[in-house]
Amino acid sequence: MLILLGVATVVVGFAVRLNPLLVVTIAAFVTGLAAGLTPVEVLEAFGKAFNENRFVTAAYLVLPVVGVVERAGLQERARSLIARFKGVSVGPFLIGYLAFRQLTSALGLTSIAGHAQSVRPMVAPMAEGAVEARSGALDDETRQDTRAMTSATDNIGLFFGEDIFIAIGSILLMVGFLASSGIVIEPLHLSMWAIPTALAAFVLHAGRLLLFDRRLRRRAGA
Amino acid sequence: MIKLSAVYILSGLVFAAFAVLSALDANNRKRFGNAVFWGLVALSYLAGDRLGDLGNGVLVLGLAAVAGLGLLGRGQPVTTSPEERKALAERFGEKLFVPALTLPVVVAFGVLVLKPLEIGGTHLLDPKQATPISLALAAIIAVGVALILLRQPPISPLQEGRRLMDTVGWAAMLPQMLAALGAIFALAGVGDLVGKLVTDWIPMDARLTAVAVYCLGMAGFTIIMGNAFAAFPVMTAGIGLPILIHRFGGDPAVVASIGMLSGFCGTLMTPLAANFNLVPAALLELPDRYAVIKKQIPTALPLLIVNVVLMYVLAFR
Repeated sequence: MLILLGVATVVVGFAVRLNPLLVVTIAAFVTGLAAGLTPVEVLEAFGKAFNENRFVTAAYLVLPVVGVVERAGLQERARSLIARFKGVSVGPFLIGYLAFRQLTSALGLTSIAGHAQSVRPMVAPMAEGAVEARSGALDDETRQDTRAMTSATDNIGLFFGEDIFIAIGSILLMVGFLASSGIVIEPLHLSMWAIPTALAAFVLHAGRLLLFDRRLRRRAGA
Repeated sequence: MIKLSAVYILSGLVFAAFAVLSALDANNRKRFGNAVFWGLVALSYLAGDRLGDLGNGVLVLGLAAVAGLGLLGRGQPVTTSPEERKALAERFGEKLFVPALTLPVVVAFGVLVLKPLEIGGTHLLDPKQATPISLALAAIIAVGVALILLRQPPISPLQEGRRLMDTVGWAAMLPQMLAALGAIFALAGVGDLVGKLVTDWIPMDARLTAVAVYCLGMAGFTIIMGNAFAAFPVMTAGIGLPILIHRFGGDPAVVASIGMLSGFCGTLMTPLAANFNLVPAALLELPDRYAVIKKQIPTALPLLIVNVVLMYVLAFR
């Protein structure tokens, strides 16, 4: 039971907003020591796993080009481009992005968009531009709401699209796990059964985006 | 064959450049904190395989110490002003989108065309790592396109990259550290223990209860572990296989697939899925660290209930 103290450390540490890197390190030691490892063994296991997971951080290689195009005015361009299409409101715009993200992820193209390479330089400025075109200059709250909603839409599109692709990590994990339990299953079957949830996710989130759009308009009108 | 190690060397060099430029940045009061932090990341990429497990452990402690003691500042490389950007945006017009759209085009080309490509019997790209390699390739090509097409200073990719990297700050290393914490959890058997607690304490005689416990358990467990992949084996071995599939005769494909997607609902609600939930908040300069999660919960919760219903209806046809 003691090893659950590590989980508790994470929950409490995040709740009181200590620096997360510190929280994670402390949680690793609490868990490891509770499981009977020596401090050196914990440090070795932690370091080894950190080194094996370096591919996670390599995604920041896109930042230089994102920075250069920002320097040259891409965010401003994205914002004014959307404003020229007077009819485009933020709700339908983000619903379009949601559909794009779900469909391309379902084809296995999960890395063609993302928070660093598309949301920050293009999609968020466009969403802000769409709001601006309707309701004039944004206050801080509206700007932050719009940005957060854009990121949320990217995640939801990715999560509920990628499992329709047969060669994605989670599908391979499921096939492998079931095979080791004596159940042989085709990846295609797992993919197929991801479709009902994907449709539900689209409908639910699209509905929320329309409500979000309406709320922003009311806020601007009030 | 191009392997992941090439991507690591490139990452190491880029982070090393961030570290050097940080140290030279007189506008940042905490410039040496930034230099040490990004320098340690560079060291990890360039020499991680030679540092040994203990060495890597000490390196991680260094990162946590710099971040935890608040030694990281935000670099202020010289960049264009908002007015200049407006003027540049007018001048370049739609050309500005070209470098940004080069990224997805090259990634798609890498994954769809280069990945299956074999030259003399060996793959051009390591097939297991085709996506990160394609992403690195795309990053290089897009920088070239941007520099030529938009005539930006040659140092600007590194300076602007550093500006954005400092915007993300310590949060950039959180996903990798959480992955390492996941390994410690696995070593200590946290997952098995939680799975056992759930199955021991909740009676699952009714089919609907069992479906609900499995789906909500996947989500809850993902919230604790930050990753649906960690939750899946535990919950499926504990409830999915013995109860839903073997006792009640559920279709394994439906149980597994919708179970995993229930876990994804949990991913939307946990700060431990830092690369999806906390890094974007930093990247978009949102003052509330949890702003993105808060926007996701109202979609994730109803979707979780939909998953319970879908599994109940579809798995036992």
